[in-house]
Amino acid sequence: MHNPQLNAHGELQHLLSLDGLPRDILTAILDTAEPFTEVAEREIKKLPILRGKSIFNLFFENSTRTRTTFEIAAKRLSADVINLNVATSSTNKGETLLDTVDNLCAMQADMFVVRHASSGAPYLIADHLHSTKRHHIHVINAGDGRHAHPTQGLLDMYTIRHYKKDFTQLVIAIVGDVLHSRVARSQIAALTTLGVPEVRVIGPKTLMPTDLEKLGVRVFHDMREGLRDVDVVMMLRLQNERMNGPLLPSGQEFFKVWGLTPEKLAVARPDAIVMHPGPMNRGVEIDSAVADGAQAVILPQVTFGIAVRMAVMSMLASS
Amino acid sequence: MPQLPDADTLFAALIEQMAPHITDDTALVGIHTGGAWLAERLHEALGIRHPLGTIDVSFYRDDYAAKGLHPQLRRSDIPFDMEGRSVILVDDVLFTGRTTRAALNELFDYGRPARIDLAVLVDRGERELPIAARFCAHTLAEPLCGKQNLQLEKAENGNLSLRLIDA
Repeated sequence: MHNPQLNAHGELQHLLSLDGLPRDILTAILDTAEPFTEVAEREIKKLPILRGKSIFNLFFENSTRTRTTFEIAAKRLSADVINLNVATSSTNKGETLLDTVDNLCAMQADMFVVRHASSGAPYLIADHLHSTKRHHIHVINAGDGRHAHPTQGLLDMYTIRHYKKDFTQLVIAIVGDVLHSRVARSQIAALTTLGVPEVRVIGPKTLMPTDLEKLGVRVFHDMREGLRDVDVVMMLRLQNERMNGPLLPSGQEFFKVWGLTPEKLAVARPDAIVMHPGPMNRGVEIDSAVADGAQAVILPQVTFGIAVRMAVMSMLASS
Repeated sequence: MPQLPDADTLFAALIEQMAPHITDDTALVGIHTGGAWLAERLHEALGIRHPLGTIDVSFYRDDYAAKGLHPQLRRSDIPFDMEGRSVILVDDVLFTGRTTRAALNELFDYGRPARIDLAVLVDRGERELPIAARFCAHTLAEPLCGKQNLQLEKAENGNLSLRLIDA
């Protein structure tokens, strides 16, 4: 089967989803990211790898952190970064996505970092580049609809490996709104590929897709049961816009049952780490005492995210 | 195939050359992988005061776009302040000079050293850049076949030896 993410030599051509990426590629990305973390400690935080390359940040949906970390990663690799504010661009004047892409290709784009509210938009661009034989241009999915957010999943894997070393000995819980979460989908795909023996998903039935067990995870509808003896707790963001909908009670009520408090965290292993993709809703899915506590690795996740994005960009550019 | 010199003999000759020029201010940086092994031994034998630095120049190579990343990247580690330091860059074999060029660029991203010298075990000639080693234990009389790799190897007991590999 043709995998649009890999080229004829089995190298990474685009990063669209962690689902379907072989284990050796996932591991290669994590290995490549490791030396990049050191660059942040230098006086001059810049490597010449992408000198002369133009990277377009195409964000059709708002995101400050993801866009900023992609921008920093590209700039640390010496690329020229062009941020397209799509809200004020031609798309609003009626231009189609692929026409926008064609125009940017005519401006010698080398890479697109795409965030889009519609699942599959980065695939559409990758297919278009393939069928127009522009194989030197690469696409990175920076989050598409409810589908995938592969660089978030990768930086989460990097964080877990950094603190826990061996994936094959871990019990990991993903907690919260799995139904709407592209992050959760990327995490589950990567964790199972990397050989984590037990992945748990914890959340209310209304925020859980059906048939989740088919992905190889164990489903829990009780925090204390699900968190028992886990090594890693991966919290998800509860999107504010869902709060007023029919799926949920109020924020306070959600916090009471599903919010991660020190008491609930106490049933996990004493050395368990707590992760969150951000932005956090304090007092909704996570208690400040946990978010700022000794077990939280939420800010290191952000720092590792830069190294992981540098790794992905440099691997794409050299394929 | 030419007779390859014994690495230990060359190592002793290199120490003899370098020793009179080592000061309290000298720092050593080895280029991964062979240069780092060599630098480790030189660091000990010469009694260098500053901790040993190592760099992987993959990110600075000029053939990056063509060759891509080496699958086994090493973390660069400069555990001393580069500013104003007298640095000796160590590599096992000097060939085109492109690795040295990449290493020089990388070192300057850590600060402004007072000076940088180059120490190598073997100079195999055929430079493509204006680069010369200040300390060099052996210069090959005849050029090797261009496709052959001359490199340092480390045995399980830690012994270093030179090997010629057909690329």
